[in-house]
Amino acid sequence: MFQSIGEILLLLWRTFCAFPQLWRQRAKIFEQLFEIGNSSLLMACILSIFIGGVVSLQSGPVLAERGIANALGGLVGISLAKELSPVMMAILMAGRIGSAMAAEIGSMRVYQEIDALKTMNINPIHYLVLPRLVAICIAVPMLVIFSMLVGWLGGGFVAVANPRIGITFQTFFSNLHDVVQLKDVMNGLIKSLGFAFVIGLVSCHQGLTTIGGPRGIGRSVTKAVVNSIVLVLILDYYLTRVLLPFDHD
Amino acid sequence: MTDTPSQSIGVTVRGLRKSYDGQLVLKGIDLSVEPGEIFVIMGPSGSGKSVLLRHVIGLEQPDEGDILLEGQSIHTTNVSERYRLAMVFQSAALLSSLSVAENVGLYLTEHRSRKPDEVDRIVTEKLEFLGLKGVKKKLPSELSGGMKKRVAIARALIIDPHLILYDEPTSELDPLMTVTIGEEILALKERIHVTSLVVSHDRDLAFGVADRMAIMNDGEILFVGTPEEVRRSSHPFIRQFLSADFKFKQHTDPS
Repeated sequence: MFQSIGEILLLLWRTFCAFPQLWRQRAKIFEQLFEIGNSSLLMACILSIFIGGVVSLQSGPVLAERGIANALGGLVGISLAKELSPVMMAILMAGRIGSAMAAEIGSMRVYQEIDALKTMNINPIHYLVLPRLVAICIAVPMLVIFSMLVGWLGGGFVAVANPRIGITFQTFFSNLHDVVQLKDVMNGLIKSLGFAFVIGLVSCHQGLTTIGGPRGIGRSVTKAVVNSIVLVLILDYYLTRVLLPFDHD
Repeated sequence: MTDTPSQSIGVTVRGLRKSYDGQLVLKGIDLSVEPGEIFVIMGPSGSGKSVLLRHVIGLEQPDEGDILLEGQSIHTTNVSERYRLAMVFQSAALLSSLSVAENVGLYLTEHRSRKPDEVDRIVTEKLEFLGLKGVKKKLPSELSGGMKKRVAIARALIIDPHLILYDEPTSELDPLMTVTIGEEILALKERIHVTSLVVSHDRDLAFGVADRMAIMNDGEILFVGTPEEVRRSSHPFIRQFLSADFKFKQHTDPS
């Protein structure tokens, strides 16, 4: 475990050192961004609608029984912005993008493609890791914004459609507008940036350290997804602790 | 196409030792390759040939010993910049997500050493040089084993190398393609005078292309000499290695 932590820190340092290469790698960053967006957008949309919907469905009747159904918009808005959208998108990204990164880099390692890059004096960190890490760090916060908006809509639809809640679309969004502030959205975006960084780094590290043929690639993919999700949830707690004081000013 | 004469270089391996997990794989290798020659390292599978090659190109760090290019250690900072080394991998190691043209031109595009249209022209030249036409837009997965190897050679040639290393260049190839690849290695020596270091257990290829050859077994060099000297060697392992053959069934002609 300590060896892996050391290797990840070393990879992090080498990737930071590669940042001057960012402009040169822009084509690959756009390619990766397209790849991430293309493969995740529909899934993010479906996931977010239902998350928003279920939060509304669970809390709406309880609030309505106590005569405060009007507060549902704020509750759905805050919970999606600060917690559910960043975490659920991170889990989705770990499953779809992290696994793809680990598999692609892992197979390149196993089939000597990374060695071939080295013999051409092409640094694998510049060529493979940097574009992926930058792309996922741009894509995840954007997907989280999209997820928040779609999730709020999903929550709103359920609030209107469910007779036990019985509020209008306008009431739902009026309350959401009153309660959710820019800092809440920023809170979620900062978290998502941290999650994206962890997923990218862990997945690239797993890919680069793959050994042993197709079975090794499978093992790397599993470890990339599981480790990313575990680290995201741990990081979520600590980031929430760190960001908590900013909620009360 | 115009053949660019390459400046060939000499390679010296001195006391190279390497072990993995306590198992000694290279047991103090010493050999010298002259500029412009085709030097073949032959030996059975697992004898350490490919590991030796990976040390020469700098993919592995030796435990002891050194590799010298024109008398200078490859670990000296400016040597890797001064001399261009290329390697043709056993599996060809083409990037599966890139087309043939992108694979061959990768060095030039990544190092921004040429304009895109010039890269395209050079790639076309190198592919035609190796008899590959109409494959530029294909993916490696759409090529046969022999074509992949030739694309890998084209990719190696694009950097105008001083030294080309071939790791089992004819493995997994049929006899006709083996001859074609052997002819390509010879043609490159004639046309661009590049130094070639070939690792193979294919006896026909080795004796067909080698100026000199080394026989390697169990991490040690047993013999170095010309193909004729190797044939005449009385070393028991070399005799056994060179004479090993199937005991074929006796077929009778029904007519």
